Amino acid sequence: MRLARYLGHRILLAIPVVLGIVVLNFFLIHLAPGDAASVLAGESGAASPEYLEQLRQKFGLDQPLGTQFLVYLTNMLHLNLGYSFRNDSPVTDLILDRLWPTGLLMLTAFGAALVAGTLLGLIAATRRNSWRDSVISLVSLVAYATPGFWLGLMMIVVFAIHLGWLPTSGFDTVGADTEGWDQVWDVARHLVMPAIALSLFYLAVYARVMRASVLEQVGMDYVTTARAKGQTEIRIMTGHVLRNALLPVVTMAGVQAGNLIGGSIVVETVFGWPGIGTLAFNALQSRDLNLLLGIFFVSACLVVLVNLAVDLLYTALDPRMEL
Amino acid sequence: MTTTVLDIEKLSIGLPPGADRAQAVTDVDLALRAGAVTCLIGESGSGKSMVARAILGLLPKPHVRIAGGRLLFEGQDLAAIDERGMRAIRGARIAMIFQEPMTALNPLHTIGRQLDEILRIHTTTGRAARRDRILALLDSVHLPDPARLARAFPHQLSGGQRQRAMIAMALALKPRLLIADEPTTALDVTTQAQILHLIRDLQREHGTSVLFITHDFGVVADIADSVAVLQKGRLVEQGGVADVLGRPQHPYTRSLIAAVPKLAPPPVRPASTAPLVVEGRKIEKAYGARGLFGGRAIRALAQVDVELRRGETLGVVGESGSGKSTLARAVTRLMPVDGGEILLSGHNVADLSRAQMRPHRKRVQMVFQDPYASLDPRQRVIDIIAEGPIIHGTTPAVAQEEARVLLGLVGLDPSAARRFPHEFSGGQRQRIGIARALALRPDILVADEPVSALDVSVQAQILALLADIKARLQLSMLFVTHDLRVALQVCDRIAVMRQGAVVEVGPTAEIYASPKHPYTAALFAAVPGADWQERASRPIHERTHA
Repeated sequence: MRLARYLGHRILLAIPVVLGIVVLNFFLIHLAPGDAASVLAGESGAASPEYLEQLRQKFGLDQPLGTQFLVYLTNMLHLNLGYSFRNDSPVTDLILDRLWPTGLLMLTAFGAALVAGTLLGLIAATRRNSWRDSVISLVSLVAYATPGFWLGLMMIVVFAIHLGWLPTSGFDTVGADTEGWDQVWDVARHLVMPAIALSLFYLAVYARVMRASVLEQVGMDYVTTARAKGQTEIRIMTGHVLRNALLPVVTMAGVQAGNLIGGSIVVETVFGWPGIGTLAFNALQSRDLNLLLGIFFVSACLVVLVNLAVDLLYTALDPRMEL
Repeated sequence: MTTTVLDIEKLSIGLPPGADRAQAVTDVDLALRAGAVTCLIGESGSGKSMVARAILGLLPKPHVRIAGGRLLFEGQDLAAIDERGMRAIRGARIAMIFQEPMTALNPLHTIGRQLDEILRIHTTTGRAARRDRILALLDSVHLPDPARLARAFPHQLSGGQRQRAMIAMALALKPRLLIADEPTTALDVTTQAQILHLIRDLQREHGTSVLFITHDFGVVADIADSVAVLQKGRLVEQGGVADVLGRPQHPYTRSLIAAVPKLAPPPVRPASTAPLVVEGRKIEKAYGARGLFGGRAIRALAQVDVELRRGETLGVVGESGSGKSTLARAVTRLMPVDGGEILLSGHNVADLSRAQMRPHRKRVQMVFQDPYASLDPRQRVIDIIAEGPIIHGTTPAVAQEEARVLLGLVGLDPSAARRFPHEFSGGQRQRIGIARALALRPDILVADEPVSALDVSVQAQILALLADIKARLQLSMLFVTHDLRVALQVCDRIAVMRQGAVVEVGPTAEIYASPKHPYTAALFAAVPGADWQERASRPIHERTHA
């Protein structure tokens, strides 16, 4: 009951946030010169003023901005994100097609970064000032400082071109038409490099946060209490320190969920991953404003949802947080 | 009856290079008798907590270690037992409770689970039997509704309840020795009295030997059978409680005891007729209840009236959460109030904006509780003191010159001027804090628990300094404290606060002699060792424990 009320409350609060993002995006995008009509007309090679005007009329681009916005908003309330003239297809369909690959990539990268990062941080903290700690700190510093796109390109050169272990790009092997476990294996092989390229930065951040957090928790009184009870060091780590130390990492992860979407645009483009990222990149290049707005709207909703999930996770982890 | 549970022989604990001394404690000899409470008393840094940790093998590894001596516990030398052997002893045969029960409990586990942990470690009892045992333990420390409390998290309990839960945990397996490291220091005085009672009762019931670490002679008087006094790592005196408190031999013990303010009424002074410098009328302040959807508001000040006359010290006493610090901050207008009037020499400042308040600021200055947190660590002492006058238009050269004079006034060497706060002790820092407050030549000094963080000997010096300065500069002082001994010593009048309201106000001697409100009487009754200074002069057989 309390959970339901809390969720209702949070979703109510999310509405103005998403609406604000939509309004901001709409007007920001229209500040930029040029529109879909000029790009389409330019590409067709027959950019007569009459043709341009015809296109604009067809797309409703001749209407005042305010009217265009109202039309957009009304469509949106009917879950209609508009039409991508460039792709000749409804925006909603385009995005839904790409949601799964992007979701897969982001969840894999996010999960890997979270699990590996906290594990490395835990090892570094429990073996403080040992060679393990130094190696982990050095590696995370390098990972932190390496741009994802560069790492992606280097991995393609080494693992795909020279060693031939992994495919260079794409979501699955074109024309292979695999099914069942073969298909899973095929997609997984394509997923490895983009997921690593996307996750490494976050992995480094979580490892560092986790290390500091564990070191802080180890000095707390309740750890001494557990020792004074006669508890073993391993159980003190797993039973007491771990969960307390995870709290700052979870907070951090929630804040960064939005960045992850931005990061996926770069990585998807490098690896030709057919996700929202490449879709956004192409939409931007061809001034497909409706598609761009749709993508922004969906990613805003995703960020809001992820933040809500993180907050729920946090309340589950920490009883001091009340719904 | 006189068997020894723990025999500490020539214990020395080595500190890492760079510490203020080579050893935390040196050649400590102490025997803890079965069924007796031994108090180890000393000021901060005396090494008393190190002794406790050494017994349990919990010294901060690897830098601090036992450098010599033996810890004979039931014939076994604890210093020679390996980690595995120590784990079997910890919690089962030697247990410990700590100063701050909030941080000593894992915030993410329920009370029941934390109690269960100790049973799981040391016994093979089944789940149902353990659960019954947990409920019985919570009941034995007089916690209401054990079944509900077992499911509660530490933050849902009051400070006293948390400490009771800690005690239940420590006594779960009926240990032979209980180490209590300042277990009541973080608690309110009435709660402290209850916890001391509880420890005493349970200790008698189980025949447990208790090593009770404290800095408070009042607590010693209430609970100890024997006392050991630790000074900078050396045991300077030990003996029965009556001997040590009544006839202290070592000069250090004598100076410590002399520094404890007496729980006795001050001489009756004629009521002041000097003009009012602060007049608060019906001050209101609530916390919380902000944000889009509101929340539960806590009324921190409810229709509070307060009057302070020129040259007078008004004590504001009460337990934590009573609103006394809020009152101090309201009077200094360090925070906005929700209603009422605050007249500074006739001017109402309650509704002034930040900018309008600025010219009034220098008239009221504050001395804070924590001398560590209240001084900017990156500023030199001279700049800390001169900052206020410079803000109010004094030229830097003049302000710095005056700051040097103030350093002399608060008893610090002029060479202190160029140094940073971390180079000073707690007492010295509080002197700097007082100099900083005086730099603006205020009429009113608001002191919020100015001596609570200090050792008793340093506390006496700071109180003397405040009294001296107040008389010399004709200051009025609002003195917030939870310590009734201190309040009796320094205040002309006392206001007793409870749950945001002033329940009683009057001349100090009157409040002490005939408290009108039952809460005031309860507060005085709860002061530990209420009459030991007087009682200590009577023969032993006439004394009984409270």
